[in-house]
Amino acid sequence: MSVIQQNLSTSMASSASIFIANYSFENNKSTNISIPGKFKAVVKCVAAPERTAYKTKVSRNENMAKLQAGYLFPEIARRKAAHMLKHPDAQVISLGIGDTTEPIPEVITSAMSKQLRASIASTYYADLGLDESDIFVSDGAKSDISRLQVLFGSKVRIAVQDPSYPAYVDSSVILGQTGLFQKDIEQFEKIEYMKCTPENGFFPDLSTVGRTDVIFFCSPNNPTGYAASRDQLTRLVQFAKENGSIIVYDSAYAMYVSDDSPRSIFEIPGAKEVALEVSSFSKYAGFTGVRLGWTAVPKELLYSDGFPVAKDFNRIVCTCFNGASNIAQAGGVACVSPEGIKAMHEVVGFYKENTSIIVDTFDSLGFKVYGGKNAPYVWVYFPGQSSWDVFSEILERTDVVVTPGSGFGPGGEGFIRVSAFGHRENVLEACERFKQLYK
Amino acid sequence: MYGRFYLSLVKNWHLEHIKEQCKFQSTRKPCFFVVMKWGQGITALDNEKDNNYRTKVARNPKLERLENNYLFPEISARELQHIRKYPDAKVISLGIGDTTQPLPDVIASSMANYAVGLSTPTGYRGYGAEQGCKELRNAIAKTFYGKMGIKDTEVFVSDGAQCDISRLQLLFGSNMSVAVQDPIFPAYVDSSVIIGQTGDADKESGRYENIKYMKCEARNGFFPDLSKTPRTDIIFFCSPNNPTGHAATREQLEQLVQFAQDNGSIIVYDSAYAVYITDGRPRSIYEIPGARKVAIEISSFSKIAGFTGVRLGWTVVPEDLLYLNGLRVINDFNRIVTTCFNGASRIAQAGGLASLSSEGFKSVLSLVDYYKENAEILLETFKSLGLKAYGGENAPYLWVHFPGSNSWDVFNEILEKAHIITVPGAGFGPAGKEFIRVTAFGQRENILEASKRLRSHLS
Repeated sequence: MSVIQQNLSTSMASSASIFIANYSFENNKSTNISIPGKFKAVVKCVAAPERTAYKTKVSRNENMAKLQAGYLFPEIARRKAAHMLKHPDAQVISLGIGDTTEPIPEVITSAMSKQLRASIASTYYADLGLDESDIFVSDGAKSDISRLQVLFGSKVRIAVQDPSYPAYVDSSVILGQTGLFQKDIEQFEKIEYMKCTPENGFFPDLSTVGRTDVIFFCSPNNPTGYAASRDQLTRLVQFAKENGSIIVYDSAYAMYVSDDSPRSIFEIPGAKEVALEVSSFSKYAGFTGVRLGWTAVPKELLYSDGFPVAKDFNRIVCTCFNGASNIAQAGGVACVSPEGIKAMHEVVGFYKENTSIIVDTFDSLGFKVYGGKNAPYVWVYFPGQSSWDVFSEILERTDVVVTPGSGFGPGGEGFIRVSAFGHRENVLEACERFKQLYK
Repeated sequence: MYGRFYLSLVKNWHLEHIKEQCKFQSTRKPCFFVVMKWGQGITALDNEKDNNYRTKVARNPKLERLENNYLFPEISARELQHIRKYPDAKVISLGIGDTTQPLPDVIASSMANYAVGLSTPTGYRGYGAEQGCKELRNAIAKTFYGKMGIKDTEVFVSDGAQCDISRLQLLFGSNMSVAVQDPIFPAYVDSSVIIGQTGDADKESGRYENIKYMKCEARNGFFPDLSKTPRTDIIFFCSPNNPTGHAATREQLEQLVQFAQDNGSIIVYDSAYAVYITDGRPRSIYEIPGARKVAIEISSFSKIAGFTGVRLGWTVVPEDLLYLNGLRVINDFNRIVTTCFNGASRIAQAGGLASLSSEGFKSVLSLVDYYKENAEILLETFKSLGLKAYGGENAPYLWVHFPGSNSWDVFNEILEKAHIITVPGAGFGPAGKEFIRVTAFGQRENILEASKRLRSHLS
């Protein structure tokens, strides 16, 4: 795989991080590194520390050293870039990074500014007892996750679903909440991994989960696509209540729910005392580049000493942040207008049709297919295979970018995530290519 | 249109508090406010009802350590309280350093066009590179660092300096020792407390244990005596300075770089006000030889292009900046940026690019001139009152000395008598306690009106 190194150091696609050529994995033992997920090929460490260069006397943050590799999605982007360099004429289709592709409805882009917080509250939480003062508008869920980690501090322990969106684990490592990465089980010490597999219906067996302070829970789930049922979420809230834990509920895909699965954790009685909710306009309105989301923190959510979590979160937001772009917020106001909501449903509907096409394709090829009903992600099972191998094979042989399941945690090994964002023609074309490959 | 939402639900029995829900003028949003006596910590009510369910999650003790609200929401709260008390007064704000003049047309229309373009198949863009769009990184490197050898790949575009400061603290971690100027923009100290680099605050002085405060006062020309400054890992240095307005000279910055080199420290150089320098002093730390090995520079479009609400800034991390173990700081910063952030809004970036075009940059500099003229008017005003006002020449801030006073008292007096909001110097550190910061952002009529009121009420 050293060809990746050579190719990447010469020219870069704009979305690829350029740093792999200089990135030294912090591993004093060897220069051959395994990326989590049993990826067999090795990436050579290129940048040895310069011996004669001036060094400050500032020690590197040791938490950064615990991280095993770059953030998952830049890695995917690097591989895509390498592939495109290798095959300049290939019509690469990306169903990898969950990036929206369809233009934003015009009603949203030609907006005037109004009261965004109040509108978010009334649109999503009207009958759930939350009002505008509980809503904190942000530049997106990824930033909010890290700000929440800064809020919680280094002494808390977290639980995550396995597999899960990598930002929860990575931010936990950076904040110093974890121990070292244990290569044999591919888990960080001190994080509780709640396995979500076909065997347990993609909902963890809470009777086997140890108590943690914070529980990250994403539903509909990225990457598995599974939306927890009302009954399951009731059990989760009960579990949190019994343990005195705080649920960080990621509802970024709530508008993709097609059945009667809950869209907000606050639909569950008692949730306001144990949960806060993060959400985003990224996958509803195509705001992945515009940057707008929110976090809802109920007044009832209290620390062990009775201090309201919202108050400290507000302090973080005032000190470590300076608001989402006012232009993005103007767009957000239009999103939650009656016309905007209708438009967002159309955008979501379009991606859901893509999802169906992908589900049908893999179904027809005889694969076990999960998700795809309540989320724009299809979780395809490749039993007994390394997901990075499958990723590479699909890329090499069909020029389609997907995402290897093990990038989301050890529970993702053996799976591939196919995202349903794409122009219709591209999704159809990709599915044709899958049919060719796997017929 | 602002993206700031102030929410204070303080229930502390030993504070005087006013909890209000108010509506500003039509463009602002309804907020809840509590005005606290400055200097009181924030704790849960002792006699709070016990039948509220509590989780078993301990509050982050670092947040408990913070002595006060963040400074600027506190100022807003006071402004609000004042407006309610005097509904007919025409309050003029020379407080929070917020720009007031409309965006030049070429910049605003670039953003409008970009936004509308997002409705079209060809104009639509999704996720951008977390480090920023290549053209903008390039334009920043060329415009501000043209001859200093800073590459576009060393420029990280962000949603503003306040966010970058916290991301840098995340990068550094809790085991760092930190030095700040005294007085200084509060985000460095507050973020340092939050990330766990400090001990508790001293009740008397308000200084946090483990932070080294480098006094900047008239006596030392607003540049710290480095011979008396102990080594720290990180040195935060803002020049032109918020709040004193002092722009360090080349010689002073050479001293600073030498000091950092001798100690193996990292300078975080805040150059947010660099475009206000017109007398030849350095605008960037990288004008000083050797700075690439010891300094990170942060900056912002806020005070350059009026982007306080649009949200756009950048951080430069040179490849030559190495940790003790020889690894590059830029690699870890990139990891932070790709993991804890998802890029500045593409619309804001389009505006940033327009502001660095030749037409855009010209229009932006004329806005800077406008604010500098405001500063001159205010300097004249304080001079005529026999008050010593520092700054105001290389920065949009005046640092006015009221010897023997308590700055919160002066703040209150100016507010009560003249209906003008300023910022008490104590908010920026113990060395600010006899000073008031006055910003030069404002519409000309308001600056002139404020000057008139100051002349009559402070004489």
